[in-house]
Amino acid sequence: MADPIKLYPSKPSKVYFFGTCLVDMFYPDAGMAGIQLLEREGIEVIFPQDQTCCGQPAFTSGYHDEARAVARAQLGLFPEDYPIVVPSGSCGGMMRKHYPDLFKGTEDEVRAAEVAGRIWELTDFLLNVCHIKLKDAGEPTTVAMHTSCSARREMGVAEVGPKLLGQLDNVNLVEQVRAEECCGFGGTFAIRHPEISSAMVSEKVDALVDTGAREFVTTDCGCLMNIHGYAEKNQKAMSGQHILSFLWDRTGGDKGERS
Amino acid sequence: MSDTARHSPHHVDVKEFHPRAHEALHNPQIRQNFRKAMDGLMTKRKSAFEGWDLETLRDLGANVRMRALANLPDLLEQLEQKLTENSIKVHWAVDGDEACRIVRDICKARDAKTVIKGKSMVSEEMELNHYLKEQGIEALESDLGEYIVQLAEETPSHIIMPAIHKNTGEISKLLHEKTGTDLSNDVEYLTAAARLQLREKFMNADVGVSGVNFAVAETGTLCLVENEGNGRMTTTVPKCHIAVTGIEKVVPNLEDVSALLALLTRSATGQHITTYFNMISGPRKAEELDGPEEVHVVLVDNGRSSIYQDDELLDTLRCIRCGACMNHCPVYTRVGGHTYGTTYPGPIGKILMPHLIGLDEGRHLPSASSLCGACGEVCPVKIPIPDLLVRLRQESVDGDKLHPAKVRGHGAKRNAVEAMIWKGWSWMHAHPGAYRFGTNLAARFRMLQPGKMGSWTQFRTSPKLAPKTLHEQLKERGQ
Repeated sequence: MADPIKLYPSKPSKVYFFGTCLVDMFYPDAGMAGIQLLEREGIEVIFPQDQTCCGQPAFTSGYHDEARAVARAQLGLFPEDYPIVVPSGSCGGMMRKHYPDLFKGTEDEVRAAEVAGRIWELTDFLLNVCHIKLKDAGEPTTVAMHTSCSARREMGVAEVGPKLLGQLDNVNLVEQVRAEECCGFGGTFAIRHPEISSAMVSEKVDALVDTGAREFVTTDCGCLMNIHGYAEKNQKAMSGQHILSFLWDRTGGDKGERS
Repeated sequence: MSDTARHSPHHVDVKEFHPRAHEALHNPQIRQNFRKAMDGLMTKRKSAFEGWDLETLRDLGANVRMRALANLPDLLEQLEQKLTENSIKVHWAVDGDEACRIVRDICKARDAKTVIKGKSMVSEEMELNHYLKEQGIEALESDLGEYIVQLAEETPSHIIMPAIHKNTGEISKLLHEKTGTDLSNDVEYLTAAARLQLREKFMNADVGVSGVNFAVAETGTLCLVENEGNGRMTTTVPKCHIAVTGIEKVVPNLEDVSALLALLTRSATGQHITTYFNMISGPRKAEELDGPEEVHVVLVDNGRSSIYQDDELLDTLRCIRCGACMNHCPVYTRVGGHTYGTTYPGPIGKILMPHLIGLDEGRHLPSASSLCGACGEVCPVKIPIPDLLVRLRQESVDGDKLHPAKVRGHGAKRNAVEAMIWKGWSWMHAHPGAYRFGTNLAARFRMLQPGKMGSWTQFRTSPKLAPKTLHEQLKERGQ
């Protein structure tokens, strides 16, 4: 569940970037967009090349020994006291909320809790730590937003995306019915219970299409893959993008100004 | 009767979750009935908490329950003593079988032939009706929903609203076929017709059986929450009243009840207050006009004390049976309660039933969740349901050598091939060089990516590997 009170740090000069495995292999543009948005805010971004995955897939599947081995390999990558930003609510949630429990009673307990305390979901970091001001450079458009369940409930950032999109003058954000309902991804849930998952994503796609928007943005690559993939397979007029790619593109990319 | 058969209502095979889910998902009537009902309940809950500091109230509820559980053995002793002082007879049952036998013995001692029942999930857990029938005692459900389910020879598909899977038309047809009422879509007519039939039974029942919502240790009081008045009649009209309850329902003081009651009705049906709230503190006294001559309480363990032994799983016992987790669960909403094949369906069922039936029987339950967290978000007593699901998943595959599994039937879901896959996955992601080599190779040969990826591409297109990983792009940038 979300923190009752979140204490944001003051804007740092450097951050560590944890890219996540899905961003790395399938959506590197979202990762690049996140890094460039941070750099445009004057922050130096450090990307430890030895990072791989937060360990969540094994963790939620019950294979905690395997998850711990992977998570342990990440713990040593952030030696300085800089915030660690993650372009995903679900990997962020894993690292912030579950690392301390996963390492409880091991010699890495303290280190895991220390790393967990520095984890931030990237859009939350941009809005509430960097106090980013976005200047829209795009044509008028209508979008819907799907906030992942982990971003919403574990990281408590459901309000962040709409606030960022609200800064863009030419973007009309429309709300879907049952916005808070899960899209049916759930990591290995989509594979273990394909029919239930598809019933969930089909209703999610219908809700998005019913908004009248033709594109949606989301905080998480898992949801993106699921919703976009279902819409594409079923030829629905709905395509998706990671919110960071969208924000970067809308604000002129490299040419965008800091205001 | 074997232990496991007892806990799978009407001996439904819990392991057949997938085929039942398939059936429910392809039944448009079921899908529509649940979607409509759950949407309504979610809206009502939301408006019932308007103007309340919900988080503070949930904290209060959680604290009441945690405090009660922290002192459970002492509180149970105190409860027994106070109930006895109030002339209520106390019985202890290790499992459902023993609880059934206790009820039967009380009935036999009174030469009872008919039992009228108020709503009780513990009696469902015990399969009491089925057992009594075998013993030649007729048990009739008096809660309207339970009555409908009983007429249909089904089990409840929700813990608060047993017949929520049926719409008015289906209920009308059922009542017409089973009791000869006219076919009608007029809810008032149908309710009145059912009430008429039930009232007659009430007057003649030998024994009344009810559940318990809260048992107050301080005063030896049994609290019963209900809407229809059937519970009150069950506990007052027959000469003998037997209350059955799980041992976890005890709370220390009367004060504790007010916080839990405020949370219970709002979370369950979105009601600010329940229609009837019964506080039973003993049999009829000499000067009183109504009430039973004798009152019994059966305190049922049935696996609860084994949950109690574990600091983490113990949280399961906080549950006050409001059903909010079901109402908000995207999986329950799609497949309905019968799919689970267990007495308690939905999120609470997924964390409670493995203890009652073992993880070998209930192996599919913990995985049937997208871990979206909606259940944990609405739980009035803050049970960390998603965390407990992950814990049970870990126990299902014995996936954590640091924390040995404790739940009966652990390891039943372990599969050699899957375990190997996770081992390989883990090795690759714990070795950055191997990971980069593998992901770079995949990006390079992305044209060879298979178009079909098992059950994923049955419903979706496959995600496309990017030509260059983020690692590579940043390396080129010198990062």
